[in-house]
Amino acid sequence: MDRRVANADAAIEKLSDGATILMGGFGTCGNAENLVQAVIRKGVKNLTCVSNNVGTPDFGLGLLVSERRVRKLICSFPGQNRACQQQVLDGEIEIELVPQGTLVERIRAGGAGMPAFYTPTGVGTVVAEGKEVREFNGKKYLLEHALRGDFAFIKAWKGDRWGNLVYRKTARNFNPVFATAADHVIAEVEELVELGELDPDSIHTPGIFVNAIFQGTNYVKKIEKMVVRQRA
Amino acid sequence: MGSQSKMAQPQSAKEKIARRIAQEMRDGYYANLGVGMPVMVANYIPEGMEVVLEAENGMLGIGPYPYEDQVDPDLINAAKEPVTEVPGTSYFDSAGSFVMIRGGHVDITVLGGMEVDEQGDLANWTVPGKKLQGMGGGMDLVAGARRVIIGMEHTTKEGKPKILKKCTLPLTGMGVVDLIVTELAVIEVTPEGLLLREVAPGVTPEDVQKVTEAKLRLAEDLKTISI
Repeated sequence: MDRRVANADAAIEKLSDGATILMGGFGTCGNAENLVQAVIRKGVKNLTCVSNNVGTPDFGLGLLVSERRVRKLICSFPGQNRACQQQVLDGEIEIELVPQGTLVERIRAGGAGMPAFYTPTGVGTVVAEGKEVREFNGKKYLLEHALRGDFAFIKAWKGDRWGNLVYRKTARNFNPVFATAADHVIAEVEELVELGELDPDSIHTPGIFVNAIFQGTNYVKKIEKMVVRQRA
Repeated sequence: MGSQSKMAQPQSAKEKIARRIAQEMRDGYYANLGVGMPVMVANYIPEGMEVVLEAENGMLGIGPYPYEDQVDPDLINAAKEPVTEVPGTSYFDSAGSFVMIRGGHVDITVLGGMEVDEQGDLANWTVPGKKLQGMGGGMDLVAGARRVIIGMEHTTKEGKPKILKKCTLPLTGMGVVDLIVTELAVIEVTPEGLLLREVAPGVTPEDVQKVTEAKLRLAEDLKTISI
């Protein structure tokens, strides 16, 4: 068994217009940078992108927005990306705002074979509009539905040819969950290692979830808001 | 996070609020501090008290901002700023993070507020017609954290009350706020409405009521804020 593909372009061969892509990452941390570039090269458009944030206009999902490849965004915090805000205000992009915990749980459910779940998050807010509210033990909960993608773009630190993945620090974020809930799960890693090299106790995403894996190049790893302290 | 590069003015409203909220911390607490003023609370946690800070992007045990040569792009907080580890830090994925948050495992969350009302409703995520915002993890935090403290200036920049009979902005959560801390007062949300527990030095309960739309009841043991 070998899930390796040559590069990002080969990995997205089946990606076509109108696809739904789950994109791991929190802001610009833990982004599948090579896959985003390959999408731009391939020229696909009208994408629905599911991601916590929208990156910056020149990085990550924000780059796809700037290149006008995105028709719909499902996210919790589009944030300070003004170019994206303008496209939403102009009606070029449809946006669905989902609380962060609900977003990740909808995708977890989608990967776990659960069609829906009840959550206390968003009761009494705009998020509850049109949704079933049910009381359990005297407390109100919203019915939220599972969410899946046609593709998932996963960024990991290390991986092997079976697709086993290890993430690093907070670059893990949404990646392991998104890796469970798409028809084509593509992982790009900083280092592709020999089978058996990863410590079995430390694997975060077992290869069963991964359809294709490749070693990425030229990682920028942009820091969105630089703050440092000064030495006395 | 006891080392922000810029120190605030000693008596700024934000610092007063942060100092007072720090008094709500207890040894062994797991705390999630919102972006902005709430993060300043970490600077005033008493020496020797272990409070573990949670970042909803997947980290327990947030350390100070890094020195320039320690910056690691794989290690950021929920405000997307680089941070450092402390001994005991752990990492987890976003689903695990919201198991902690929604599941009632986080002892305390401190968030900013645009409006709070006497039912404990909170509005702090969007102003319709202005710029596009998202709620991020705020709705999950107020739904699941054991104690929700709102730290905010008592009035708007125009001097209008932010503590209202009924919120007018889109809500973040209904009946979720436990305590409101401003530069003027400490106010508890109770089933009977808002209870004025503490006033700032030199401020009278009448002064506080004048800039508060909701009716305040006075605690029997009304205290002066001591920071």
